[in-house]
Amino acid sequence: MDLQTVWFVAVAVLWTGFLLLEGFDFGVAALLPVLGRSKADRHLMLRSIGPLWDGNEVWLVTAVGAVFAAFPGWYASWLPALYLPFVLVLVGLIIRAVAFEWRHSHHTEQWDATWTRVITTGSLIAALGIGAALGATTLGLPLDADGTRVGGAFSGLGWPAVLGAVAVLGFSLVHGAVFLALKTDGPLRLAARAFAQRWALVAALPLLAWAGLVHLRGGTAITAFVWLVAALAVLVTWARIRVDREGQAFAAWSVVLLASTATIFGAAFPVVLPSTISSAFDVTVTGASVSDYTLTIMTWAAGFGLPVVLGYQAWTYWVFRTRLSAEPETPHAEKIDA
Amino acid sequence: MDVLDIARWQFGITTVYHFLMVPLTIGLGILVAVMHTMWVRTDKPEWLRMTRFWGRIYLINFVLGVATGLVQEFQFGLAWSEYSRFVGDVFGSLLAMEALLAFFLESTFLGLWIFGWGRIPKKVHLATLWAAVIGSIVSAFFIIAANSWMQHPVGVITDDATGRPEQVDFLAVLTNNTALAAFSHTLVAALMVAGAALVGVGLWHLRKRTLAGAPSTDVDHSVWRRSVRLGGYVSVAAFILTAVTGDYQAKLMYQQQPLKMSSAEALCTTEAPAPFSIFAIGKIGSNECDDVHSWTVPYLLSYLAHGDFSTAVPGVNELQQEYAAAYGATYPDDPSFGDKAGEEIDYTPLLAVTYWNFRLMISMGMVSAAVGAYALWATRKGRVPTNPIAVYGSLAAVAAPFVANAAGWVFTEMGRQPFVVYPNPDVPRAEQVYFFTAQAVSPGVSAAEVLTSLSTLTVLYGALAVVEAWLLVRFVRGGITTGDGAPTPGHTPEGTPDDDQPGGRDRTDDDVLSFAY
Repeated sequence: MDLQTVWFVAVAVLWTGFLLLEGFDFGVAALLPVLGRSKADRHLMLRSIGPLWDGNEVWLVTAVGAVFAAFPGWYASWLPALYLPFVLVLVGLIIRAVAFEWRHSHHTEQWDATWTRVITTGSLIAALGIGAALGATTLGLPLDADGTRVGGAFSGLGWPAVLGAVAVLGFSLVHGAVFLALKTDGPLRLAARAFAQRWALVAALPLLAWAGLVHLRGGTAITAFVWLVAALAVLVTWARIRVDREGQAFAAWSVVLLASTATIFGAAFPVVLPSTISSAFDVTVTGASVSDYTLTIMTWAAGFGLPVVLGYQAWTYWVFRTRLSAEPETPHAEKIDA
Repeated sequence: MDVLDIARWQFGITTVYHFLMVPLTIGLGILVAVMHTMWVRTDKPEWLRMTRFWGRIYLINFVLGVATGLVQEFQFGLAWSEYSRFVGDVFGSLLAMEALLAFFLESTFLGLWIFGWGRIPKKVHLATLWAAVIGSIVSAFFIIAANSWMQHPVGVITDDATGRPEQVDFLAVLTNNTALAAFSHTLVAALMVAGAALVGVGLWHLRKRTLAGAPSTDVDHSVWRRSVRLGGYVSVAAFILTAVTGDYQAKLMYQQQPLKMSSAEALCTTEAPAPFSIFAIGKIGSNECDDVHSWTVPYLLSYLAHGDFSTAVPGVNELQQEYAAAYGATYPDDPSFGDKAGEEIDYTPLLAVTYWNFRLMISMGMVSAAVGAYALWATRKGRVPTNPIAVYGSLAAVAAPFVANAAGWVFTEMGRQPFVVYPNPDVPRAEQVYFFTAQAVSPGVSAAEVLTSLSTLTVLYGALAVVEAWLLVRFVRGGITTGDGAPTPGHTPEGTPDDDQPGGRDRTDDDVLSFAY
């Protein structure tokens, strides 16, 4: 495998890791008005993602950084082509981050309710916007021979962007619900479980459709098989949550994402930005990449850094592994039965 | 205004704003880690209270730094795509390494520190804070290495096929002398910001307590006293180090970017020996160098630039001609230069900006050091200064090192115009790598789009600044007993914490460094 392929895989892994981790905190935040019927429940929901969201978000920074570092041609065509959507994502991420911190810096009902709403709004914007960007980069943007967008500010927002946006949101909602069922106790756990059971099958459809479409464009027998795994994992998730096996449902729903992104990135390779104007204008791994020397340096850095990151992030999850409940008398009710 | 100007304003506003949070995060992070270490070693309650009070300010500030830092990661691609393509082989990898090797460390371990009180062993918990702080320092190094490569590109050759720099020596990029100078200067400047905060807030609380008749023997008193003393020593020591590192950096810049430095002095014609300008009047804003009249100290500039009192320092007028001869008198008549295509190139940065920001940086640093020295003198042998002018002046001077930091960066970035990647004079002209700012913007993005994002981000940042300032002032006024929302351990003045954890046995999941989700 040449270094460009290695780094294409690395970028795919980083985006997948981001969606897998930030997906549940996006989902929990988006579900605040749905599942957080009481103030205690909302606090419980926020506590479940409190120590984790910031570390999860670094996966986004690293994914974008890796795209820039390994494939500047991809970075320099993708971001300006979706200029305003990316700016909106940034606004969403900024207001969400400060809201997490500021919400409890002052103690009035109004203040609390306002920042809780900001967390939901920011997370929704960010999930939809990042989904749109990923949908567009795998299904097509109107790019000319120089990789420059044509057709004005909103020409990048076609159906691929809409599909990607809905897919990431749908995945995140159920991911967040299953996470809550796994991580909390009491009425919230039951409500989250019921939500996941009701919506898992529907919410997976856009993600499966997206993966299926990318497969039809450039897939192989292998991506077809992986896509089937994703579809099967949806059914498994639904079946396990029905019998209250939250840990298994969480694992199965994670497989839905892993298999879907594997299909998407596997079928898209070696194209990183398909042009909807002409396939001759497609931005490819080879055309977009940096020199082999730089890729080698980065391979060493990632080979050392990524296992270390995975190690200490895993340790964080282990430290905060206890199931949370609204009753302060029993803060450490039981361990996760994942 | 065309896309170039709007995009430059956007970069300037978002980056200067981001850099208000960064030095406080780095500087205060180090000092809070020291406080926490002192608590773990001595078990004295005042160190724990200091850790919690200053730790909370560190966190309120940290989150805004993270949020506004996200914009940085994206905007090179969004508004400066041609720049991103050009520098991709060097610049992108430094950003990615920053994320992978530093930012992950910082964010993950800070989460562990915030929520880890009482969950992980005391010493491991302390180690999580140090890991986060080391993360922020390593992060600063990678970002400054990336910036310094733009100031002084090393370790690259020109790729004949694309005309872009191709990295051949990564170690040279990491050990770029420009980067080492800028990194050390930035790090000590960050400590000045934290030192000034400790001094200003500490003096204000000491005075308030003393006037209210509170005893000078209790834990709270020693919290503020220790804060002032620590802040004072840090302010003075860090100022001396900024002067040393700044002097080294200036001498380096005279070799690497002489126009930046002569513009900092508004030195129009070459002089030997050259005087250092203290203050200037005249049409400095017109960028007509010869209309400037300044009060000067003879010989000093020769010393600052070259280490002796006689060597000639080149003037702006001569350098402008030199650069025009080397890099062209006009921009190429090429669409990639946008509105600037075919226009004359002004190699002199905006004199008013470079000249005054350079002076602002130095004078604000001096103010900060003077306040630190005053605080040490005024609190000697247990004294408490109650003079309102001195105390409120010290409080206001918390802003001084922030201004100095911002002015320093505005100077260094505006001073390298019209280049975004400055030619390295150490390599032969034919092998130099350079890039004009005029050719760096994204070609497909319209002025309306950039104007939309500029106004959106500016309004958002303004609103965030208002809330942030209100929260910080409220929290600082509240002090250590009420400000963090939870009772501090050891309620009695001479008491010690009930056990190793804040809040003692009553701790619940909500009691997490007053960061109660």
